[in-house]
Amino acid sequence: MSEQKLQSQTVQTTGHAWDGDLQEYNNPLPVWWVYTFYATVVFALIYWTIYPSWPFGKGWIGGVSNITYVNSEGETKTHSWNTRALLMADMNKAAAAQKPYFDKVQAMPYEQIAKDPEMSGFILSAGKALFADNCAPCHQAGGQGVVSFFPNLTDDDWLYGGSYEVIHATLMGGRRGYMPAFNEVLSGEQIDQLANYVASLSNIGHDAGKAAAGDVLFRSETAACYYCHNSDGKGRKDIGAPNLTDNIWLWADVLGAESDEGKVSSIRGVIATGLNKGVMPAWAGRLSPEQIKVLTVYVHELGGGQ
Amino acid sequence: MQKGLEDQLGLYQKRIPIFTRSVKGRFRRFKTAVLVLAYAIYFLLPWVPWSRLDAPAQALLFDLPGRRFLIFGLTVYPQDVIWLALLLFIAAILLFFVTGLVGRAFCGYFCFQTLWTDFFIWIERKIQGERPARVRLYRQPWNREKILKIGSTHALWLLASFWTGLTFVAYFTYAPQLMVDFFTGKAAAAAYITASILTLATYAAAGLMREQICTYVCPYGRFQSVMYEPETLAVHYDAKRGEGALGRAVVRAGRGIVVERRRAGARAGEAVAAERRHASVGAGQRALAERHEKGFGDCVDCGLCVQVCPVGIDIRDGLQYKCISCGLCIDACNTIMDSFGFPRGLIRYDSEKNLALPTPAAPKVQWKRLKTIGYGVALVLMSAYLVYSVATRGSFDRAVNQIRQPLYVVLSNGDIRNRYQIRITNKAAQEQTYVISARGIPADALDLGNFREITIKPGHSGLVQASVRLPPAVAAQTKRFDLIITPQGKPAEANTESVRFDTPGKRP
Repeated sequence: MSEQKLQSQTVQTTGHAWDGDLQEYNNPLPVWWVYTFYATVVFALIYWTIYPSWPFGKGWIGGVSNITYVNSEGETKTHSWNTRALLMADMNKAAAAQKPYFDKVQAMPYEQIAKDPEMSGFILSAGKALFADNCAPCHQAGGQGVVSFFPNLTDDDWLYGGSYEVIHATLMGGRRGYMPAFNEVLSGEQIDQLANYVASLSNIGHDAGKAAAGDVLFRSETAACYYCHNSDGKGRKDIGAPNLTDNIWLWADVLGAESDEGKVSSIRGVIATGLNKGVMPAWAGRLSPEQIKVLTVYVHELGGGQ
Repeated sequence: MQKGLEDQLGLYQKRIPIFTRSVKGRFRRFKTAVLVLAYAIYFLLPWVPWSRLDAPAQALLFDLPGRRFLIFGLTVYPQDVIWLALLLFIAAILLFFVTGLVGRAFCGYFCFQTLWTDFFIWIERKIQGERPARVRLYRQPWNREKILKIGSTHALWLLASFWTGLTFVAYFTYAPQLMVDFFTGKAAAAAYITASILTLATYAAAGLMREQICTYVCPYGRFQSVMYEPETLAVHYDAKRGEGALGRAVVRAGRGIVVERRRAGARAGEAVAAERRHASVGAGQRALAERHEKGFGDCVDCGLCVQVCPVGIDIRDGLQYKCISCGLCIDACNTIMDSFGFPRGLIRYDSEKNLALPTPAAPKVQWKRLKTIGYGVALVLMSAYLVYSVATRGSFDRAVNQIRQPLYVVLSNGDIRNRYQIRITNKAAQEQTYVISARGIPADALDLGNFREITIKPGHSGLVQASVRLPPAVAAQTKRFDLIITPQGKPAEANTESVRFDTPGKRP
């Protein structure tokens, strides 16, 4: 700022004089600032009119803008504007958009859903979301499960059967896998013999002598393994007793063990202590019938079904 | 402190209104031709019909809800974004190339700011009259005439702006339906918002701000200056010829040359009109010789070049950043030179290098420079690639993702299974069936579940889950194999994707 400019301006004061000569400069706010301020005041008034603003008694002044949505019961709900109502409106809108698909799923037989490219695409995306929300905590995001805890859904071995109907029943009612602890009735030697026999069923390195003894024990009334696992060791699907002759191991970490001895040892551990942790909760009542049907087709597809 | 600097330092300077005089000539004709052509394309294109099976019959439709651009026979999907990148690159290189050769040709003739301003000035002139009438109207107090003329000008500007905005919206939805919906209040909110923003922006930019956009807002105008080289052709005033030894001199009717600095433009105009009656080529040459003898230049200081300038500069001050290189001052000067019988080209397209020569040669486009040739080569290469890419586009897109959770599954008999998700997007205009097959693995290893072939609607995607099952011995030998997707009946368009096969032993 040049000197000339300062000199050319007469200095304004507020007009008051204290103690005879004490004056105060008047430096008004810039005009643009003042107008901006007025504009914010106007904005605030408009905002108060439209949106919830002031507490009033036990409630608040809701403003003139409303959010209306139809909820899942078909009731029309109207709220003054708030973010929760906004979310509900969005969620109900999304649910309404999905409804035709879910209705179609409910109306179609399983085989037909799987063969319809459009429905199949819906199952893949909607099923993935449902699976991630409800099933993935145990069975993992891709359905691969956790050895010794949760079964792998992507392989071709189904403890209870892999048909649509059985998968549906599993989802609806849940499952409880159980095997008694045999160290209470059998000696350590007998358990070792059984473990070697079970290893021999799926061609894992074993002691042939012990296995031969285990073979007898397996079908004897002493151990009575065949009650659940059948005399051929292939298991009874109706009670979820696993097939011992294949390469799939859920409870004993056979695939994770390095040596043959380690594999046999892991089998021995399961026979000795039994199992009481194969629990899957029932989903009937927690998920809608359509959602369970979507999950049925999705899980069936994961492992190719049976 | 430098005198007068304070005025320049003001943060906001009031705009000095510019009233341009209309002019006739080559550049004006060219500008008008470009304007008519550009407007014809812009305003009519959304109305061109184009029959389609699965979309509205509009030749150019940016179908945002459908996630596709329909451009005549071509459908562009989001995955073709490389074309947009190429197009933007080509546009940028074209700007550099042209600017290096002939200066800000884009600004002067093709920029929509220039075109719309030109059109708005045309409206202004049709209603308010030629420059002197408009200046008079501007200075006179508000009365019935002024309100009527200024008001109707602004009303027409707003109407033109509105139609500009509405036309823009028409590119994004079926135009005939939009016209009905828009005026019955049924169009989408986005249509009203876009149309009103564009209406206001057009009105403000072409009606009120005009050259201020070029001077203060537009970055392109400013960075084009960087591309100027001494050889670049630009609108120049030949100062040596125009100023002579003693400067410019006004011509007075019937009295030859009068050594007097011009005071008012209007008087010069009268002088010009009077002189034109007497002028002939012979007389012109005699007059010119007389001027040169006295030491004056060829510039008669009529001021017409300033009056016609849409950005309000005096080109005789030399090349300057405000000049949008529209060539109207060339037309104006040539008109005056003709009327005096003086040679044309006192203001002309020329290069700084040529003008600096003692005797400037005839101006011509000089392209033999590394930069220009480089831009040219880049332009040709990228245009060729774009054309090639569009011409050889496939009728479908595919993406094959191996499912990673888990990467492989050991099955009950020891076989290894990998799973893949295949997404096929049909980009053709009709329904198509695709067949999926594999190469490099045993024939029975590929399991496509229920979809050995899949039929997909145009513009839609289909998902197929494929699983491959190999015995451990084969799996150990297989690191990769090919998935082949073939549109049924079009084996030539088959697409092969090489995918991994993972086994437990190959874990990193």
